[in-house]
Amino acid sequence: MLHELLFSSSKKMEDCLAKKMEITVSEAEKRTGRNAVNMQETYTAYLIETRAIESQSEGQCAPVDSLWRRYSEFELLRNYLSVTYPHIVVPPLPEKRADFVWHKLSADNMDPDFVERRRIGLENFLLRVASHPVLCQDKIFYSFLTQEGGWKEMVNETGFQLKADSRLKALNATFRVKNPDKRFTELKHYSDELQSVISHLLRVRARVADRLYGVYKVHGNYGRVFSEWSAIEKEMGDGLQSAGHHMDVYAASIDDILEEEEHYADQLKEYLFYAEALRAVCRKHELMQYDLEMAAQDLTSKKQQCEELATGTVRTFSLKGMTSKLFGQENPEQREAKIKVLEEQIQEGEEQLKSKNLEGRDFVKSAWADIERFKEQKNHDLKEALISYAVMQISMCKKGIQVWTNAKECFSKM
Amino acid sequence: MPISPSSMINQYKFEDESELRDLFITVDDPESHITAIETFITYRVVTKTSRGEFDSSEYEVRRRYQDFLWLKSRLEEAHPTLIIPPLPEKFIMKGMVERFSDEFIETRRKALHKFLNRIADHPTLTFNEDFKIFLTAQAWELSSHKKQGPGLLSRMGQTVRAVASSVRGGVKNRPEMFTEMNSYMETFSQKINVLDKIAHRIYKEEREYFNEMKEYGPIHTLWSASEEDIAESLKGVASCIDKCCKATEKRMAGLSENLLPILHEYVLYSEILMGVLKRRDQIQGELDSRVDALSSKKTEKDLFSEEIGKLEDKVECANNALKADWDRWKQNMQCDMRSTFTNVAENNLRYYEECLATWESFLASQTVDLHVEEDSEDRP
Repeated sequence: MLHELLFSSSKKMEDCLAKKMEITVSEAEKRTGRNAVNMQETYTAYLIETRAIESQSEGQCAPVDSLWRRYSEFELLRNYLSVTYPHIVVPPLPEKRADFVWHKLSADNMDPDFVERRRIGLENFLLRVASHPVLCQDKIFYSFLTQEGGWKEMVNETGFQLKADSRLKALNATFRVKNPDKRFTELKHYSDELQSVISHLLRVRARVADRLYGVYKVHGNYGRVFSEWSAIEKEMGDGLQSAGHHMDVYAASIDDILEEEEHYADQLKEYLFYAEALRAVCRKHELMQYDLEMAAQDLTSKKQQCEELATGTVRTFSLKGMTSKLFGQENPEQREAKIKVLEEQIQEGEEQLKSKNLEGRDFVKSAWADIERFKEQKNHDLKEALISYAVMQISMCKKGIQVWTNAKECFSKM
Repeated sequence: MPISPSSMINQYKFEDESELRDLFITVDDPESHITAIETFITYRVVTKTSRGEFDSSEYEVRRRYQDFLWLKSRLEEAHPTLIIPPLPEKFIMKGMVERFSDEFIETRRKALHKFLNRIADHPTLTFNEDFKIFLTAQAWELSSHKKQGPGLLSRMGQTVRAVASSVRGGVKNRPEMFTEMNSYMETFSQKINVLDKIAHRIYKEEREYFNEMKEYGPIHTLWSASEEDIAESLKGVASCIDKCCKATEKRMAGLSENLLPILHEYVLYSEILMGVLKRRDQIQGELDSRVDALSSKKTEKDLFSEEIGKLEDKVECANNALKADWDRWKQNMQCDMRSTFTNVAENNLRYYEECLATWESFLASQTVDLHVEEDSEDRP
């Protein structure tokens, strides 16, 4: 079902991997092993199955390849992709820990329902990456799907961790950047709003689910009492007994209804986490822009210094200038040497500034293209999600009508 | 304050003897009275009748809760083995409702209305003299009439005697029929109490659900403010949720207007019936103990045969009255339960049908949009 979703949402997809290869996360298994500090731990491993899609020829299907991965490996893959493609809105992983739970759901990571929903979420993640025009071509991603041994080492060898920007640098840039592209500023506001409103929605939805569960389950109490009461009644007995049975059916029906709703909640959660990915792209832009502004500022001050040295006028205060005043001027050779150094630095600086400018513009262009792609995907997916929510509600109402019609008939025969 | 249409319907749907009715009673218009000593509520009791023994065809009086209590105890005295309808309790222990809150007064008013109408429909009680005075006498007339009857002490004495004699007798010679009734009532009483609790739980859960739903819809509207493409869909969902919320409110109201009062009434009825059975046992007990006392004295039996005869008649009367009233009560109970629970089912059906219509129309609006989008994409 997700295949159709992805294909229909962006018809302009070229040769993405998802079209050539069937990818599923088909199983989840509990494992025990030893962790980094040699302590025993329990974790879940997920089976990734891949198969090349033949072009509808004979009934022959290509063989299935499979390997096992655990959640932390998915995390490593995603970190790698985020650092390597900072201009791309990288699809998010399903949540690490169960959040927005209502009382019946457990917050336990080992709970089978949670594991099942996570399996679906991980498959979704792989399909999203595989259908992204840029990301699907990445070799590390391909190896993640096909190469069991040595993948971790391969990722680490790319040295991507070194390319990662420090949080502190990024924060600093966000505060101090002077002229970021307005569109990114707006996008950041949007992603903040999106995150806030979806969190709120998920929280209230969980509470509503809790209450709905309560309403249905209390009706289950009717069943037993009606049955006991029917034992002392002659004429009313049959009606009571059968009505009680319908009340039991009613009470039991809520379990499936709410399980389906969890999938809807997961769809919303994906976009909650996507908001963070959007923010990451904005942050990268701010960092690059700040870097550019700093480089330009540095160049300007160097040029000024050069000018001052050449003409002997001091326009700007500098410690060096002060000390040289106090401890005596330099001789002409020294000054000459300084000017030479500065001129070299200015030359370098101008080239750097040019390339940074180019980099910045390229980044903005490609980032914005991916953001437009993302926006289309988001609008499509969320609209589908809302429609599926309506479908769920309709199904719940129809079930309710059936049960209460039956109950009404039993009551009227009492 | 006019009576709501739904309670008027209840009034007419009442019993199968409604075509033969010649006495129509309504209880409405609660009014607060503040004196130096106390604050109390009176209710307007309007009676319309075509009966000859009533001097007029229409009466309007004001009565307070105490007056209803008085009437009930007079009926119990006059007809110890008839099933006197229940009165709403003095206070509600659940503590959620304040003594003079609108909710409490309205619940009480409806129950008092029911009480008088059940008496009016009872083949025997409807002709009781105290009942007539209750409906027709002006306030001062009623007070003076009340003072004439047996006082509080005698009523208390009767209760004490009833308790004492129920401990003692009536059980060993009890006819099989009444033992069956007793065992039925014990089970019925248990079950109806549990049902009452269940119904209250359901109401509480529905209210909590309603409270959460109130917050749920508006979040979607808030979200739509930061979106463009999906704003309409979000607003649509918000509107559906709000409509379902209102439908839930209606469902709750249905419960509190219908199921809760009826179940509560039958909880009280079960206590009353246990009491009636005890009183019958007590009357039987008087006969039995007299017979036992006299059979030990071998002589002078003829002198006491008249006394025994009278007691035996008393027991037979009591048994017959109870049997007839019991059958009548059971039929009414069956009828009430059938119509109340059917109403509950209808309420729920209405709720789900409303919600279904809301979501279906939203879905229709969305799929229309999708088709329009797809068409426009196909065009070059």
